Amino acid sequence: MASIDVENVGKIYTGGVRAVSDIRLNIADGEFIVLVGPSGCGKSTLLRMIAGLETISEGQVKIGPRVVNDVEPADRDIAMVFQNYALYPHMTVKQNLEYGLKNRRTPKAEIEARVTEAARMLEIGQYLERKPKALSGGQRQRVAMGRAIVRKPAVFLFDEPLSNLDAKLRVSMRGEIKRLQRRLGTTSIYVTHDQLEAMTLADRLVVLNGGRIEQVGSPLDVYHTPASTFVASFIGSPAMNLVKGELHGDKLAIGPSVIDLNGYAPTSGAVTVGLRAEDLRLASEGEEALPFRVDYTEELGAQRLVHGSLGDQSLTIALSAATELSQDMRIVIDPAKLHFFSAETGKRLAGGAIVGAISSAAQPVA
Amino acid sequence: MQTKRTVFKSRLLPYLLLAPQLIITLIFFVWPAGQAIWQSFLRQDPFGMKDTFIWFANYTRLLGDADYMNALGVTVVFSIGVTALSMGASLLLAVCVNRVIRSQRFYTTLLVWPYAVAPAASGLLWWFMFNPSVGIIPYGLNYLGYNWNFRLNPNDAMILVIIAAAWKQISYNFLFFVAGLQSVPHSLTEAAAIDGAGPVKRFWTIVFPLLSPTTFFLAVINITYAMFDTFPIIDSTTSGGPAQSTNILVYKVYADGFIGLNLGPSAAQSVVLMLIVVLLTIVQFRWIERKVQY
Amino acid sequence: MVENRPFLNFLTHLVLILGVATVVFPVYLAFIASTRGPADFMTGVVPLTPGDQTWANYGALLGAGSTEAGAPPFLLMLGNSLIMALLVAFGKIAISILSAFAVVYFRFPGRVIAFWIIFMTLMLPIEVRILPTYKVIADLGMLNSFSGLVIPVIASATATFLFRQFFLTIPEETMEAARVDGAGPLKFFWDILLPLSRTNIAALFIIMFIFGWNQYLWPMLITTEPHYYTVVMGIKRLAAVLDGDTQWNLVMAGVILAALPPVLVIIFMQRLFVKGLVETEK
Repeated sequence: MASIDVENVGKIYTGGVRAVSDIRLNIADGEFIVLVGPSGCGKSTLLRMIAGLETISEGQVKIGPRVVNDVEPADRDIAMVFQNYALYPHMTVKQNLEYGLKNRRTPKAEIEARVTEAARMLEIGQYLERKPKALSGGQRQRVAMGRAIVRKPAVFLFDEPLSNLDAKLRVSMRGEIKRLQRRLGTTSIYVTHDQLEAMTLADRLVVLNGGRIEQVGSPLDVYHTPASTFVASFIGSPAMNLVKGELHGDKLAIGPSVIDLNGYAPTSGAVTVGLRAEDLRLASEGEEALPFRVDYTEELGAQRLVHGSLGDQSLTIALSAATELSQDMRIVIDPAKLHFFSAETGKRLAGGAIVGAISSAAQPVA
Repeated sequence: MQTKRTVFKSRLLPYLLLAPQLIITLIFFVWPAGQAIWQSFLRQDPFGMKDTFIWFANYTRLLGDADYMNALGVTVVFSIGVTALSMGASLLLAVCVNRVIRSQRFYTTLLVWPYAVAPAASGLLWWFMFNPSVGIIPYGLNYLGYNWNFRLNPNDAMILVIIAAAWKQISYNFLFFVAGLQSVPHSLTEAAAIDGAGPVKRFWTIVFPLLSPTTFFLAVINITYAMFDTFPIIDSTTSGGPAQSTNILVYKVYADGFIGLNLGPSAAQSVVLMLIVVLLTIVQFRWIERKVQY
Repeated sequence: MVENRPFLNFLTHLVLILGVATVVFPVYLAFIASTRGPADFMTGVVPLTPGDQTWANYGALLGAGSTEAGAPPFLLMLGNSLIMALLVAFGKIAISILSAFAVVYFRFPGRVIAFWIIFMTLMLPIEVRILPTYKVIADLGMLNSFSGLVIPVIASATATFLFRQFFLTIPEETMEAARVDGAGPLKFFWDILLPLSRTNIAALFIIMFIFGWNQYLWPMLITTEPHYYTVVMGIKRLAAVLDGDTQWNLVMAGVILAALPPVLVIIFMQRLFVKGLVETEK
């Protein structure tokens, strides 16, 4: 077991391409951290630097008290699960599990015990003598996990381990990974581009974009108070609606419509306004409301997503399946649930759940 | 040039791993080739004591040498003959094998083994078949009124070496043509059949054009084979005769240099041959690049 | 097949049978000749049915060779050829797989140059550098030795390219997983890469064995002692006796003996052989 400290880490490839910049991250012992972001955001590079498969160009990585920048992957006390499983095709499942232990000269009896234990935990006991070729995708995934578990490492590193599985298997394996990690209490870093996987697995999420950290926080923190328009549009499904708006005193203008903010305005001038689809609801008779023109709907069963436009900006709202639809509808949102982002930088201004905290700490320039 | 994304970190090991291959290549390939190039610019006095640097004189002498020009012509005829005969026969056999279903493996087995026969042995086999005193073919030709004798008749000699060289190469071409034919999608020939094209027309308008990469590749390989790998065939049958009619370039280098000991001119001939191989290799690898890319 | 035309099917088989007959006939005739006595060739035409001198001819050749032709016993030459072919095949594969490992799994100064030097072997067949190569061998004292027969021909660009190509198709993660599992470069090579290359090695071994066995000019250049003769150059000596005296029965028996081992290898390992051949040239 170990904590991990990533201190000002950057990666520049030969040829000068910068993949990762100035990453600072302290991971507590036993924590489950998920690195999430679109492809090319640097999440895999960061993981591979922690694993020792990429050299660290800037800063340093500490596993426990030890700086590991120049330590071989094998000596970092880590185990890794790869997207394509990377099982050795010419070895049986058992030999695959044993290989890392044998290389470490673990005593035979100890190897035997650990393999049996891992096989029991992952329910792969009956496949031990098979070659990977004779296993299904899910079974291979379990063997890959088993290979990590038998090592009893201080840290598990997962590089998109579920991407090659079909949707149903992915959900069940997701649960299993979570369960195993809880049980073993091993510090874990998990890379994925799937925000749902990230939300469900993480103790803390690290959202990466363009090689930089956009936000670190618990899944719910990140969901409720996204630090930027990027995070807002990446986390949550359907993605948060982002529309252009203008603040005048306590009034927010979106196109021709105006909303009274009841004191929630963080600044004035042009802003990007974030509205979660599920925070929007239909206006009741006589209520001050925004005009919404419906384009098409997507039925999800329990709810329906209605896509349409607010003035000339597109917007999606989530309504209960029972809601009656018409071509033109009127919608409202609680001003407390609005998210405000700077129109220039996309950074969060205030609003939503943390509005109180922000206004008491540092009042944005009015 | 490509490596793995992650590589092993070791300063010394890669050099140790490459050392055997590189040392052998440098000592037995690159150094002698350099020597040949150097010598091609020298004239050695008759006692082998003194070398004079004479620039391109050895090369210009080659151009004026009737024997060398003859060898050049012989090589062209021989290479084209071997390539055409061997590829034509192989393509016909490959198309036939591709048509049959159950006996495919049986015929293939019977057709691939000549690949393993040493060129020298192949030469002797046909030398025996064509031998004027005991050979079965001259015996048959005699009935038809033709007096076959490759020891006296240059054309007969050329035909002998072409057949012996082509025979050995049939298996190779055959295997590549079969592989090429099998990669032509069935849907294409079926579509052509629905469009009303008969088997022969289908072959020439659909299959053969799709086979052109294979054909081109094999043409280069066969020319290389005919020019460089047929030394044992010439040596075991005609030894370049009669009257130099089968004296291909490779054989002439050997005869002039190793037997005649004319170092300078022989070296110049070597260098010309090297340039030809370089050219053929470039053509061949351009083709591979194209094949890899799609 | 798109349609069924009986005449076309008949024609197909006819062409194939004629083709097979043409390919097989010279060897059949050689075999017949090797079963006959010397007197059978006096009449002017080759007989077409086997004779009764098979054991006498082959026995004489294997045990005693031919003194007129200066050919040592064929058993000795077959043994030499076997040793040479095995060493050549083994050597080519060993040094090529190591080179390919180095250029794919390491990054180091001079990598590209090394690759080009290996590539050059393709452009320098022995035929174009006979004399200077002979001189190098002579200077190194490698004439009339197995090291002289084998070492200079085991550099192989084709085999190196094949292994390089194959290594590049192995997933990146295989090596990364092995590194995390604590395997250094040599351990990875031995435990993972070599077992994964098994089929390629076997296929290449067949091709290279045939290559080594069929060497002609090379052994002819550097062996002057009958003790080191290989069988392929030996049969030429049998045939080179003054033509009037050619012992056709012995020459053809020699040809059969020289051709048989590699032919058997191909026939019994056809699948591997085809794979090896088609992949080496890709």
